[in-house]
Amino acid sequence: MQKSKLNRQFFDRLIDALMPVFAVLAAFAVGAVILLLQGVNPLEAYQAMIVGAFGSKNGLADTLVKATPLLLVGLGIAIAFRGGVINIGAEGQIIMGSLLTTWVGLQLGEQVPGVIVITIGLLAGTLMGGVWGAIPGYLKAQLGVNEILSTIMLNQIAIQIGYYLLRGPMMDPAEVAAGTNIPHSARLIKDIDMPRFTDIAQSLGFTQSAKDLNIQGFLGELYGVLVEPTRLHSGFLFAIVMAVLVYIFLWRTTVGYRIRAVGLNRHASRYAGMNVKRTMVLSMTLSGAFAGLAGAVEILGLHHRMFEPTAVSAGYGFSGIVAALFGKLHPLGIIPSSILFGGLLVGGDKMQRAMQVPQVLITAILGLVVLFVVSTDYLVRKRQSRRVDTSKGKDEKDEDVEGTAVPTTKPEVSA
Amino acid sequence: MTENLTLLAIILGILHSGIRLATPYLYAAIGETFAQRSGVLNLGVEGIMLMGAFFGFYATFQTGNPWIGLVAAALTGSLMGLLMAVVSITFQAEQGISGIGLYMFGLGISSLLFKTMLGTVEGVQGFRELQFCITSSFCLADIPVLGDVFFNHSLLTYGAFALVPIATYVLNKTTWGLKVRSVGQNPEAADSLGVSVTGVRYTSVILGAMLAGIAGASLSISLLNIFQENMTNGIGFIAVALVYFGSWTPLGVMAGALLFSSINALQLWVQVLDLPIPSDVAVMLPYLLTIVALAIPFRRSLQPAALTKPFSRGEN
Repeated sequence: MQKSKLNRQFFDRLIDALMPVFAVLAAFAVGAVILLLQGVNPLEAYQAMIVGAFGSKNGLADTLVKATPLLLVGLGIAIAFRGGVINIGAEGQIIMGSLLTTWVGLQLGEQVPGVIVITIGLLAGTLMGGVWGAIPGYLKAQLGVNEILSTIMLNQIAIQIGYYLLRGPMMDPAEVAAGTNIPHSARLIKDIDMPRFTDIAQSLGFTQSAKDLNIQGFLGELYGVLVEPTRLHSGFLFAIVMAVLVYIFLWRTTVGYRIRAVGLNRHASRYAGMNVKRTMVLSMTLSGAFAGLAGAVEILGLHHRMFEPTAVSAGYGFSGIVAALFGKLHPLGIIPSSILFGGLLVGGDKMQRAMQVPQVLITAILGLVVLFVVSTDYLVRKRQSRRVDTSKGKDEKDEDVEGTAVPTTKPEVSA
Repeated sequence: MTENLTLLAIILGILHSGIRLATPYLYAAIGETFAQRSGVLNLGVEGIMLMGAFFGFYATFQTGNPWIGLVAAALTGSLMGLLMAVVSITFQAEQGISGIGLYMFGLGISSLLFKTMLGTVEGVQGFRELQFCITSSFCLADIPVLGDVFFNHSLLTYGAFALVPIATYVLNKTTWGLKVRSVGQNPEAADSLGVSVTGVRYTSVILGAMLAGIAGASLSISLLNIFQENMTNGIGFIAVALVYFGSWTPLGVMAGALLFSSINALQLWVQVLDLPIPSDVAVMLPYLLTIVALAIPFRRSLQPAALTKPFSRGEN
């Protein structure tokens, strides 16, 4: 009797935990219907996608390269949502961060050792993103300005600032000289490239390729990602470390606790003597800081120059929301989630080449994932409240498991 | 003397483009007014507009009849509204997030269909500018100075402005309008009086989305007569902000829409005349203005009390 009850409880929890997976599967099912309507075999298309994203060392490397900004942005989104504010402004925060990082790189470039420039560059991007997040946070806390709207407006403003700088003071002197006037900056010097995985492996003494060592199949590809020259850079490791730090921050520090408390119940937090307004500003600032950091890492690790603002932010501000939601707004959950969606972005590109299916299908599927994930939250809440009802307040009630106490995307938000 | 004449011409040009460019803002923002008055923040307007713009264009392209395009856009918008309503009202999803999902879905699908069904940017003959010709030789559009400003627009533009008094009347003088306002202000009270909160919110969101679809079509089959990927370029998001800007009244929304479209027109002229203002800064202006306007404190008291708050009977 007791055992079957426990089993059912476990089963219920399992279903709740798997809801986002169901949501993604449902989104792909709709995607399959769209593919069928286009006269494309969805199984073949999805196969091309998966093989493209995870089947080769270059595919895997690109997947992790795209997972990096998704993870960093997702961490910021999670902090904001946990704190009861919504940050739709990561696009703008990425752009502002990458602009200042590029500027720092251009200014300090050859005068200071590379490691120091990289450090200052990352800090500068973080700071600028934080400022761009603090503005809507402050406007919300002090003047009651809806942060959803202000962050959307700030995205557009950041894009225009980017174009202004890249067409003016930051434009590549070579472009000015040639008269082509393409809005991008000069390439930063190679000394301030964040090291790639292959550079790290070389310096650790791994110089042989998978072929040399005769490692076959998927293991060989995996070895290739770590050792052979790919686009994968140390930003990915950096992002993983950040995820662990954010986890510790949110669940092991007083400030993190305060952010979550304000997110769960603003009024109770105020009653408990917390400074709710300051905490909201802090959540938004940190959220923007992580998006700015993502921009900095994109510049120093991948692009090495600033170009079209929307091509640098590349929609990560929105797809980062998807990654954060799918990771249940948990810093460690966002790690696998960002790899999955990084793979989806890479796979979409491969699918376009193999099957002539436009890559924008991925944007539509991501949109559906958002719609389905936020919808399944409702089902989870319903199921939980039903369980509480049937147990009539006995000890069977769902107690809050640490770290999963707020699995929903339902912060207390007033417009 | 000639300088004065060109200045007058420029001012008249800005007025004409201002009225013209207000069209998509008006449809989208007045539609959104209904949704928000009922308590639902539909942030997916941009995605709905893109879908409306595509299907409106495609139907016109295939049939040559812009009216069929208009109907197609309205239907597409309504379906997108239904999707938003199911997610936000029935499943009580956080509206800021579900709206972003709807935006991404609309952006993705409209771009996908554009690439597979059209392939390249094509042109169509959409709604023509009306000249208001009274006799064969005299048209109102030929009236000196102001004729062109007021009497040389497409039917969709006049429709957008006609919507302002209609929406005001519907919201303030009809039973349904009262219900919309009541479920947005105090859904519990409305529910206790037998008003179906869910039903009224569904119709408001779907009506708003239908107008957003038409807003998209006003770009693709009236103002520009082409379809391009992401052609709305943020108009849908501005429209959502315009509702706040206009304090949730159609008249206020119209004032905001005209202000925005005039600044847009002004910015086009800044580029044409090569004035010493960087065009990027000019483009930025409307967005800055929105943030400033949102910060004006008295507006908040006018906000529907239950905006963004899902309703479920007998909970809490």
